[in-house]
Amino acid sequence: MAMTVHCDIVSAEENLFSGRVERVIAAGTLGDLGIEPGHAALLTPLKPGPIRIVKLGGEEEIIYVSGGYLEVQPNSVSVLADTAVRADDIDEAAALEAKKHAEQAIENQGADFDYSRAMVQLAEAAAQLRTIQQIREKLGRR
Amino acid sequence: MAVGKEIKEQITSVQSTQKITSAMEKVAVSKMRRAQMRMQESRPYADKIRDVIGHLANATSEYRHRYLQDRDVKRVGYIVVSSDRGLCGGLNNNLFKQLTLQAKDWKSKGVEVDFCSIGSKAALFFNGFGGNVVASQSNLGDAPELASLIGAVKVMLEAYDEGRIDRLYIISNRFVNTMTQSPEAAQLLPLKAEQDEKLSHHWDYIYEPDAKEILEGLLVRYVESQVYQGVVENNACEQAARMLAMKNATDNAGGMIKDLNLLYNKARQAAITQEISEIVSGAAAV
Repeated sequence: MAMTVHCDIVSAEENLFSGRVERVIAAGTLGDLGIEPGHAALLTPLKPGPIRIVKLGGEEEIIYVSGGYLEVQPNSVSVLADTAVRADDIDEAAALEAKKHAEQAIENQGADFDYSRAMVQLAEAAAQLRTIQQIREKLGRR
Repeated sequence: MAVGKEIKEQITSVQSTQKITSAMEKVAVSKMRRAQMRMQESRPYADKIRDVIGHLANATSEYRHRYLQDRDVKRVGYIVVSSDRGLCGGLNNNLFKQLTLQAKDWKSKGVEVDFCSIGSKAALFFNGFGGNVVASQSNLGDAPELASLIGAVKVMLEAYDEGRIDRLYIISNRFVNTMTQSPEAAQLLPLKAEQDEKLSHHWDYIYEPDAKEILEGLLVRYVESQVYQGVVENNACEQAARMLAMKNATDNAGGMIKDLNLLYNKARQAAITQEISEIVSGAAAV
């Protein structure tokens, strides 16, 4: 039987693959890597691209990742996959977008957080909820 | 018969409300299941990253990343995770209450607070109460994507990098069970380094290209994944809270319909009785 190593490919949103593999071929930022059982411990970022895994028995599977990190330990290989292609300028654009949203949302607002007003309105809301609760209980008893 | 026409109309209107609330309840149940699943699926990633970061932090002990260093607190950042829609009981209100208390607490210590709002309810809340909101993101939908959170998180990370904030917290609802959700704040930065004994220096990775860069990238992703988890968990809480709120509304509507039916029947009875007694007394007079 061929030598195998446990492989996990996970992203923040889902588990993409988990199982025993004979070989993993991935595109590292410094070049393509082929990982076989017994590979030395390694940590490297990945370029966006396909990861080819040869499963136990020789069956191949290709999983596309948009970048991420590859971690190799003596008895396991893990890929921490990104869910979106990352680039500094794309991230920057997203950050600007988020800032813009914030500015639009509170255009004519002072920067001071109005604690007393917040507390008053929250207390009102809590009171309303309590009232509803009481009405509900009353209805329930009848 | 014209008797109790208004009551009949009211019953019909309550009945249609009940139909809507019970439909919303059923939708919330199925959405909650999916949200819970997403919640579980995002865990292995965060766990794995935490392991690797723990190892890296131990292996590169001469280099302390700023995300792992405690600084004097002059200003803190809060990422506030709320739902996009209402009709979910006191979920968001409880969260904002907790947030207000904490912000007040910081203020009393002379510490300024910056906010990052996620979800339109949080945006609305800050709209009403001010506060220094530096980033905002809403309309994430039922299946939030990590990609849509990157921008908001980056704003806060940059603020931390540039020393504008010295600590970063996330406040969101924790999913205790379907009946209970509790608002909780957790510290994102600086990371509380866990001293893991079994990961001491017996071995080390080969780094390609080098450890610092990898650590940098992983830390950012870790924070993002924590925020994503908060959002997904909050989503599960929202659905659970809505399910409960709608169940109560449906039950209440049922109670109301019962009462109204009773009223209607009484009115009808009274009308019939009156008619009979009129006929009888009329016949007696003849």
